[in-house]
Amino acid sequence: MSDVVIRAEGLGKRYVIGHETQRERYSSLRDSIARGVRTFARKAGDLAHGRPIIQGDELEEVWALSDLDFEIHRGEVVGIIGRNGAGKSTLLKVLSRITEPTVGRVQISGRVASLLEVGTGFHPELSGRENIYLNGAILGMSRAEIRRKFDEIVAFAEVEKFLDTPVKRYSSGMYVRLAFAVAAHLDPEIFIVDEVLAVGDGEFQRKCLGRMSEVARDGRTVLFVSHNMAAVQTLCSRGILLHAGGLVAEGSINSVVETYVAKGAPSVVGNALLRRKLSDSLTLEKLAIEPNPATAGCGVAFAIEFTSAEPLRMTELSVLIYSNLGVRVAIVDLRMAQSTHRVSPTEPLRFRGRVFDLPLVEGVYSIGLFVACGDLRSDVYDLTSLEILRSAPRSELAPYASRDRGLLDLRSEFDVV
Amino acid sequence: MNEVTLVLEAGRAEQHYWRDLWRYRDLFLILAWRDVSVRYKQTFIGVAWAVVRPFLTMVIFTVVFGKLAKLPSEGNAPYALLVFAGMLPWTLFSSALTGAADSMIASSQLVGKVYFPRMIIPVATVVTALIDFLVSLSILVAVMIWYRFAPGWPILLLPAFVALALLASIGPGLWIAALNLKYRDFRYLIPFLVQIGLYVCPVGFSSSVIPAEYRLLYSLNPMVGIIDGFRWSILGGESPLYLPGFALSLLVIAFFLWLGISRFRATERSFADLI
Repeated sequence: MSDVVIRAEGLGKRYVIGHETQRERYSSLRDSIARGVRTFARKAGDLAHGRPIIQGDELEEVWALSDLDFEIHRGEVVGIIGRNGAGKSTLLKVLSRITEPTVGRVQISGRVASLLEVGTGFHPELSGRENIYLNGAILGMSRAEIRRKFDEIVAFAEVEKFLDTPVKRYSSGMYVRLAFAVAAHLDPEIFIVDEVLAVGDGEFQRKCLGRMSEVARDGRTVLFVSHNMAAVQTLCSRGILLHAGGLVAEGSINSVVETYVAKGAPSVVGNALLRRKLSDSLTLEKLAIEPNPATAGCGVAFAIEFTSAEPLRMTELSVLIYSNLGVRVAIVDLRMAQSTHRVSPTEPLRFRGRVFDLPLVEGVYSIGLFVACGDLRSDVYDLTSLEILRSAPRSELAPYASRDRGLLDLRSEFDVV
Repeated sequence: MNEVTLVLEAGRAEQHYWRDLWRYRDLFLILAWRDVSVRYKQTFIGVAWAVVRPFLTMVIFTVVFGKLAKLPSEGNAPYALLVFAGMLPWTLFSSALTGAADSMIASSQLVGKVYFPRMIIPVATVVTALIDFLVSLSILVAVMIWYRFAPGWPILLLPAFVALALLASIGPGLWIAALNLKYRDFRYLIPFLVQIGLYVCPVGFSSSVIPAEYRLLYSLNPMVGIIDGFRWSILGGESPLYLPGFALSLLVIAFFLWLGISRFRATERSFADLI
């Protein structure tokens, strides 16, 4: 029996934001004073009406969520996807009662725990032990509950030795592990999780994903926001796709992810590479992969561009592909046999190329470069990332979870003889 | 499993607010404990700060008001004792008020990421002020022994006056904490008000200095009633309680408590948007 645990009707959330208008470079004193007086008058009006003060010259209303209707049933694991600014985080904030909706209503049955950030409320001066109690209480656990689960939490986080050290002395990995361990031992009926798996090392990420699917198997309801389509596909059964605050698609996770890809939504981890200085003179201007996300087994095109403050010879260059566990999966060798690449202030160095097929298991892969140019000779990690989506299933059977399938998606056939 | 159905709607007040508040009592204790335990970390003299500050203020006030201005004490009570009996509740009130007023901004990190009844935050900071108060109470005992001054039975009522001082600070504290999020001006206003309050309230002098016809008016300041109450309970018969003024102070405290709670509750749900 799947009854409704969350029902949203006509849900909307409005924010009012302020803009600074473009100022003239040289405005007169009179203009400045006039503007100052206007702003002051508006603020005084806000104060008189008890409205919050918003900085900026022009106000604009933004509907972060508008007219959302959906139902979530008991025991479902729902992935909420959409590009940046689609309203995913706002939705989670409304559902976890951090902020109230502007219009519409939501009805929730059951105890909600939300995890919008790992380590909320951690205090750097306090020890690991003290922070477990603090964070647990903040997430809604009682002291008795924390005491009962204390050993489990410590074991999960693998920080036994440092329990009485202030967390400001922790490595960032330990910090995240401890923070997630507390959250992972919450016992709610509805669990709301925002992108927390994006932190920590690969080993730990796997553990977290495992823990999440355990929670889901217990018949609890999970709402999960992530940019990692592979994680969403592994974990969730249903999906909700948001775009500009509205609901675009809803249904089985695979069909929703397909819609997301079809809309050509660039994933955030995707092509947004800003210039990156690799050495004193060499700058990477562009490192783009198209399409991104790509489908497993299909080809991709890439484009790379360098500029330099002085004439340089680039003797070696490779594109490096890493798994999310940091394993080097493959490289694309860009050396030339007859000559070397040259880059100078007047002539940028541009590459265009393609990889014919990428037989990778779905997931997010990190893209780096190996560059030998002038004094520089090193691997540069995490320049951008490439997301691979699951290809159309080749058999009737549901594929195994991506973490069980290694890194390569082999094509194969067999006969029973 | 007792199923709770929760409805989220614009402007709808939380139905189970007080029950929720009770459910989160562990969080209250832990936040209070955190504030206390973090307060004096990485300081050289640690908790001694809670002793040194009021002690020095007492010495200065005794010299300025008692010796230089030659204001009268209450009966035969030593002037230092009079000052200290006024300083204790004033410090308790002002540090609780300042802490509560600043608390929401200081915890904006939490407010933006987790739900819990927000009232826990300002009220938990009040505990820190209470702990400091208890520490400086030990100076009072030392000063009393020094002057060989034995208190009478009214000392038994001291806890009631402490509670009153806390209530008096929670009311405006909640109100200002809520306002502070909307209008950060209060951040600058509060330290200033506290500074003035030290001289407006009868801390360095006895409220009997005030001309009789203005005394009731003076008691509109709730701290007047509380400080008088402290003096009465510590100095006993030397400092008779002015009852009409005390009753008026109680009314003012109750009014601010109501105002603070209702304003805080009304704006609480939009806090996350204001941070």
